Amino acid sequence: MMKEERYELRFGGAGGQGIILAAVIFAEAAGIHEGFYVCQTQSYGPEARGGRSRAEIVISSAEIDYPKVLGMDLFLAMNQTALDAYSADFKSTGILLADAALVSQVPTSRALLLPFTTIARQQLGDALAANMAALGAVGVVCGRVGLASLEKAVASRVPAKFRELNIRALHAGAEAARQQDLAALPPFIDSDEEKEV
Amino acid sequence: MSEKTGQRLLLQGNEAMVEGALAAGCRFFAGYPITPASEIAELMSLRLPAVGGTFIQMEDEIAGMGAVIGASLAGVKSLTATSGPGFSLMQENLGFACAAEVPCVVVNVMRTGPSTGLSTSPAQGDVMQARWGTHGDHPVIVLAVSTVNDCFTVIVQAFNLAEKYRVPVIVLSDEIVAHTREAVVLPDPAAITVIDRMRPAVPPEWYIPYEDNSRGVPAMAEMGSGYRHHVTGLIHDVRGFPTERPEEVDAFIRRLFHKITNGFTEIQLTNPVMMEDAKIAVIAYGAVSRSALRAVRQARSQGIRAGLLQLITLYPFPRKAVEAVLAQCRRVLVPEMNMGQVIREVKRVNRTTEIVRHNRVDGQLITPAEIYAHLLAM
Repeated sequence: MMKEERYELRFGGAGGQGIILAAVIFAEAAGIHEGFYVCQTQSYGPEARGGRSRAEIVISSAEIDYPKVLGMDLFLAMNQTALDAYSADFKSTGILLADAALVSQVPTSRALLLPFTTIARQQLGDALAANMAALGAVGVVCGRVGLASLEKAVASRVPAKFRELNIRALHAGAEAARQQDLAALPPFIDSDEEKEV
Repeated sequence: MSEKTGQRLLLQGNEAMVEGALAAGCRFFAGYPITPASEIAELMSLRLPAVGGTFIQMEDEIAGMGAVIGASLAGVKSLTATSGPGFSLMQENLGFACAAEVPCVVVNVMRTGPSTGLSTSPAQGDVMQARWGTHGDHPVIVLAVSTVNDCFTVIVQAFNLAEKYRVPVIVLSDEIVAHTREAVVLPDPAAITVIDRMRPAVPPEWYIPYEDNSRGVPAMAEMGSGYRHHVTGLIHDVRGFPTERPEEVDAFIRRLFHKITNGFTEIQLTNPVMMEDAKIAVIAYGAVSRSALRAVRQARSQGIRAGLLQLITLYPFPRKAVEAVLAQCRRVLVPEMNMGQVIREVKRVNRTTEIVRHNRVDGQLITPAEIYAHLLAM
């Protein structure tokens, strides 16, 4: 049996921000175009829009048993409410990626705040593309799913007339992430710190 | 189908269920959408017309189940899909399908109940309902799925069993399995075993619609094919007409059960994992068996001899496989997303005391003399 290497992601935001679509596209890129085993799950309320929305993706080099997140390697938070609600379960090496336009307080020092909604509105002319900008950044930060795979998945999951916009958004988000220095972040989240007080 | 075969696809459990049903030959769907089963109806409405099938959105689940029975009687493999509230509405017609021996498949994507409950949350609360939801003594087959791959393979088995045994088959999914997306490669349709109901080998004038045979499963003629026959939910004789004659009633009820017990070895599907040398075991089904698999692997990595028995068939309860586990292991855990339904079945087969049975199914009251005769012998 191949050594299992799970990489676990959670996306959280408001219903209508395209959280689940972003997760489906990421899962397709990882599972179909990069050849990982993948499980994508979601939870949402009964509302058609509004409310909180959460999606999870587990990718692995081996067959996946438990399909949901055990400990987050990456958490994408698209607003403060989702960040506050879904921040539990970080791995000590986990990293938070949040929309700087909609999040003001973060619970960890291993955090990258990038203004996805602002990028989408100002560079692309449509704030609704913020989820794809965030997805581009997720690809860069996780380092396992290439931009080309994400592009292919966008092309198969997004209606033709929005394809170009969404792919431009992917690139804009990826570019914003590349300008960040991940190595400058503290190496891990030390949850034992409070014991020293 | 063909354009999807052999490719790696990212599919939800509900989507794989549709592909499996189509591969098994399903060409009719009637139902009413409900979370978390809606994607099955949605995708069927797109896929069925393309393969010459029929999709009908009915006014409710009662009508949906009725239409499924009608389509199957007309010779078309038929499916409906729902969740708890809709499954409750289907129970009356499900009983008709049991009595008239109409092959059909009902998918119940379980969500939290009772009543409207939590419409978007998973549960396993409908196990007993799947077995005993419709009234009267009746056999039924209940299968459970735990992965996206399962959704495809198990619904193919569900159709095959429904056709072979002329019985409704209920497939229990849950919100997690239904909505989890996984990368899967669908099998080549040519590699899939598809079983169709036995049709009469005699000319129409010789056809006796409910005549017994060695398998206990009468040949089935589709409506409109010239084999005129009567179909009713009343207890009927071999010609399909209502009867109250005790010997005919008894023969009918016993045949309904015999045809299923005859097939136990192929109907009772389980998946033992790391059971060879296990000293403790988990018995699980549905999404929970994935959690159990992980827990068992973790225990193994700590040197603990744990194993998993995943139940695919819940009813008829796979007692042989469960008894073997109980005999082998000193402790058995039964995790369920309910207050304990399958555990009752596990406890039931875990007897050290002999239990004597006495049954009468001919519509007559059990007499004191019959009971007394047993008491004398015990």
